[in-house]
Parts: sequence; C-alpha cells; structure tokens
Amino acid sequence: MKTFNIVIAGLGGQGIVKASDILADAAFRSGHDVKKAEVHGMSQRGGSVNTDIRYGEQVMSPMVPDGAADILLVMDASQIENNRYRLKPGGKLLTSDCLGSIEHGAPRTAAVAMLGVLSTSLDLGVPAWHAAIRAALPEQHHAANITAFDAGRAYARG
Amino acid sequence: MLLNGDEAIAWSALDNGFSLGVGYPGTPSTEVLETFGALGGRAQWAPNEKVALEVGLGAAFARARVMVTMKHVGLNVAADPLFTVAYTGVEGALVIVVADDPGMASSQNEQDSRRYAIAAGVPMLEPADSQQAYDCLARAVEISERWHTPVLLRITTRVSHSKSIVARRTFEPAPAPQYERKAAERVMVPGHARPAHRRLRVKLEAIRAWAEEDGNGTLLYAPLEGADTGLRGIIANGISTVLAREAAPNTAVLQVMMVHPLPEQAVRRFAAAHTQTYVVEEGDPVLWESCVLAGAAPVRNPPIYRFGEMSVARVTRLLAGETTPETPPPPGKPPQLCNGCPHRTAFEILRDRKAIVSGDIGCYTLGVMPPFQAIDTTVCMGASISAGLGLRHVLPEAEARRVVSVIGDSTFMHSGLTGIAEMLYNPPPTGHVVLILDNGTTAMTGMQEHPATGRDLMHGPAHKISIEATVKAMGVPNVVVLDHVANPQALNDTLDRAANEGGLWVIIARRPCLLAAAKIKQYDAANAVRN
Repeated sequence: MKTFNIVIAGLGGQGIVKASDILADAAFRSGHDVKKAEVHGMSQRGGSVNTDIRYGEQVMSPMVPDGAADILLVMDASQIENNRYRLKPGGKLLTSDCLGSIEHGAPRTAAVAMLGVLSTSLDLGVPAWHAAIRAALPEQHHAANITAFDAGRAYARG
Repeated sequence: MLLNGDEAIAWSALDNGFSLGVGYPGTPSTEVLETFGALGGRAQWAPNEKVALEVGLGAAFARARVMVTMKHVGLNVAADPLFTVAYTGVEGALVIVVADDPGMASSQNEQDSRRYAIAAGVPMLEPADSQQAYDCLARAVEISERWHTPVLLRITTRVSHSKSIVARRTFEPAPAPQYERKAAERVMVPGHARPAHRRLRVKLEAIRAWAEEDGNGTLLYAPLEGADTGLRGIIANGISTVLAREAAPNTAVLQVMMVHPLPEQAVRRFAAAHTQTYVVEEGDPVLWESCVLAGAAPVRNPPIYRFGEMSVARVTRLLAGETTPETPPPPGKPPQLCNGCPHRTAFEILRDRKAIVSGDIGCYTLGVMPPFQAIDTTVCMGASISAGLGLRHVLPEAEARRVVSVIGDSTFMHSGLTGIAEMLYNPPPTGHVVLILDNGTTAMTGMQEHPATGRDLMHGPAHKISIEATVKAMGVPNVVVLDHVANPQALNDTLDRAANEGGLWVIIARRPCLLAAAKIKQYDAANAVRN
C-alpha cells in the first residue's frame, strides 16, 4: 500500500503532539510501518505547532513532503492558510469548526474529538484507536476521551 | 515499540546495562536522560555539559558504561575534556550523545558537531531513525570497550523528535565497575600525552578498518524501485539517508553510519560503481570533504544546501542541480512568552526603563519579541553577565549605567558563577547590575531540575543551592531578593537605586514559572512526606 500522510496543525497547548501520538500509535497497532515528526522546544511557547504522521508498508522520511498530505487537520482557524501548502491537490482539509456541533468538543478533549472525526477517513480499526487513547493518557482521563473520540466519529458519520 | 530517537537511546542504555547517564538539558537532547531516569536508570542533571562529561569520563575510567547527553552547543562547553579524554581513552564505555539542530528549531546557531569528531579524534556514529539510534548506542559500547575510546553518537532534531518502530534486543551483561591505576594513560603531562596522541591515531585507523565492513560503518541500500543502473549513486548520513531514498527511489544509497573515521574503501568502492556520486547531508559539507579526501570525487553541492534542514523536496532539487532561490514556507505564529509568565513583568519594566539588556539563553530570550523588544544581546549560556561587563567597561557613563545583565536560574547555575567572579574582580567604573529571573526551573527545555531547585532529575529531594547566599559569600555587596510580579514597584525602585548609587548588584526576581508552579508544589509535597 502507498504511504498515507496526515498533518495536524494548531497552536502550542492545543494537544497537537498528544493527538499525533495517538494517531501514530493507532496506525502502529494496526500493523503499519509508522513515522511521526514534530518540533519541540521554542516552538511550543504558544507558537505554531505541527506534526506529521505517515503510515504504510515502508515509510522513509518522517516528514510529510510539501504538497503531499492526504489530510490536513487544523485545530486553530488562524493556522489554516499558512499550512494549506502541505495538502496534496484534492487532499482533505479538516478544521475544528465542527467542534461546536460535537457534544464532547470541550477544550480538554477537543483534539481527541477531532481524531474521531479524522478516523472516518482512515482505515484504522476502532479498537486500535481506543487502545492508543488509553496508552497515551492517564487512567482518569480515559473515559472522557474515549467518549469524545466516539462522539467525533459519530458526528462525522452523520 | 513506537519511540522517538531520544527514547530509543534511553531504552538501549537500559538494555546495555549503563551505570549512569549525565547531562544538561537542551533541545532536542533532553528526553534521553528523562526517559532513562523514568525507566529506572541512574540519570542526573549536571550544572553544565563540561561537568557532565568529566563525571562521565571518571565513571568510564572505573570500567562503567556511561552516557553523557547534551545539545550541539553544549559540546562547546564540554570541548575541553573532550579533546583530552580522546588521548587518555577509557576503561569502560563512554558515549557522548550530542543532538544537533539544523534549521535551528530551538537553538542560537546550527553548528555541526561532526567537526568535533574530526578535531578531537573521537569516533562518531550517526543513526537515521529510532531503531538505528537504539542499535548505534550498542555499537558505540562495542567500539568504546574494544578500543578504549570515547564515542560520539550524533543525532539531529528529526531523529531525536521523530517516532518510528523499535524492536529491543538482548545484549551481553555489562562488566562490573572496577579501578586499576594506569597513570601513564590517564595523567596527561606532556611526557604521557605525546605517546597518547600517537596511540589515538593508531586506534582511529583500526576503527576505520573495522568500519569498512558493510553493516559496521556503512549500510548499502539497493534502489527501492528498479535496478541499480550504475549511473547515479548517493552517499548520505543520518536523516538525509531516508530523505534521499524517498526522493530518489531508483537510486542506490550508501548510508555512512561511521561519520568519523570514514570507511574510505567502502565509499571509494561505491563511487567507483557509479558514474556520478552525490552526497546528501545537512549542515557543513563534512561528509563531502571526507569523501573527497577518500578519493571518491563526489559532485559538489551548491552552497544553499548547507543552510537549514533537508527535506525530500530539497534533495530532489539538489540532485537536479537546482540553485534558484527556495520558496520559504508561509510564516506561522512565532513563539512568545506565555500569558501570565512572570518574565513578562520583568521585560515590561526593563523596556519602560530603556535599559540596555545583555540577555541569555532560556524562555526569557523571548523578551526580544514584541511587545517587549527589551533584549539587546544574546550569545551563549552565561554571556549576559560577562558581555554586560564588557559594555559597562567601554560605554560613556550615562549609557553604561543603563546596562543590565539578565539571566535565568538554571543558566546562572550553568555558567553564571564565573561571570560574578569576573564582576567582583574587574568591576566597571559605574558598577553593574545582574538581574536573575529565578522561575525555579529550566523552563525552556520542558521544566527540568537544576542544582538550585532542591530536586534531582526525577524530582526527588536534593540539596538546594541558595543563589543569594552564594553571591553574598563571593562578596557581592548589594543582593536583593524580591517578587516582581507581586510587587513590580520593588523591582523598579531597586533598579533606580542601583543606577543612582552605582556599585555591584545582584537582584534575584523570584517567581515560579506559571507552567511549573503546580508541579513544583506536587514534588515538594511528595518530598516532604518522604522526609
């Protein structure tokens, strides 16, 4: 299978890195080769944050080449235009606009709710997603985040 | 397991029975020791990288396996012991993990640590992904113990902070530490050092010969698509290896893992099998120069490719000989001091006073950004104090009085004490003012502990060095401790007094980092229970 490319973008503090960890782990648990790239440090102080996740049979570069993202998920409206060049022609842009319509789109679980929305465009099984959420978060946050993920997924399926 | 490069090195250190990990935080190297500590390894933050390497070489004299971690600029601080431990060699395994930051995601320069390997005569390995990072540490142990030499393990931002799949392996158990006196090898008086230098060059040639075997120093990849036509071949190191394989799937790639000493025969053999040999690397043309010396006659890259990170697109351009200007990506939102950050108040005050601020390395470097624009210079760890003194020495009196050195608590413990010694020893005519922004943590790298927090790497109890008692004991006549957020006027008044009265001042503006405050309370509560 070809390499599938996802870019998640937003601002420091929005849970971008955590969301990308969950996605990468869900792909790993589904048996794919996975690479994930992010930039830490100075860029986390409220500035732009973006992470790249790639999975498939064999992944080379951990960074999604420009103009090659199958899906661009943007968690903050201010970060759409500066990241649009990452998307391939005909690629899918997902924004957090729909969070207001999702029951569990509260700020603390917003990124995971958006993973639920994103999940309907990917061929990763729900058990892998749930296991990845549990592995990434402390136990007291499991229930709320799995509910948020399921709500996002249900919303996207209409 | 899905691990980033730093985590993979920590797991490998655990599996290889490392006795100790020691370093100073610095993006993108910080998570190596944090992970090693979390896995149950003995991990320690040193005040700075020079101390870390010295602790490490002592442990390795006693036959232990030890790793010393730092970012690229940290290796400048540790360069003094590096050059001579190359001569003394070690008994156990000494691996120096150095993380470079091409493109400067979070650094003040993009220097290339491979130059240090060549300059000091220390073998250097470089992985392309997390599995190789895991394996390279084990390889470094093998080389270090077999040839009694320190080994540099170079990683870069995209290896440190990219996750990929890692399979753990089993290794022979580590030998138990023991001491044997070998003064002729370890006491570097000239009479001992002259033969030591000759021994070092012999060792490096033996390591080069070992590295010639495919799988030791190099890895040969056939084209991902189609057969090797022999027309074009690529020699690459580190992350550039996977970028080149993706950008040129119909081209054979020779990955050089042993960056120094270069396996010259392997490189020559590869070049001879191809009509044209390209070198793909980030940073300085170190691999290219080594290939030239090896007689591989590689194509010379246009100079634009030595700046910043490589990418699949840039490799494609490089292979096409493209030299037209590159389109920069659309600007994102720059980093800034957090809302509610105590540094904000300090920089508002300094800005409004029109101070000439000699700054330092940390979150507070962001005081250069609007709306503060309150920092005039930032060079390296500790330079705030000494460079501020230089400004004070030569500026006319009215301007000299405006100079304030601003430094954080962790940076002060790293490199500030010698600046205070200089200030006391050679005071400028107008005196000087050092403002220590003490937020109780190493904030920029992710809230690590240091010798003045009273907690060790794992946040357990440790001796707490008092900054005010230290500078008083050194002889600073005016030492003021205040909370500038609770009482901004107190900071303003103290700066007024210092400017008017002259003399030497250390003002400690103490207010915990907003992000760290809750954690610090938790740690201290847990430590109080433990005591």
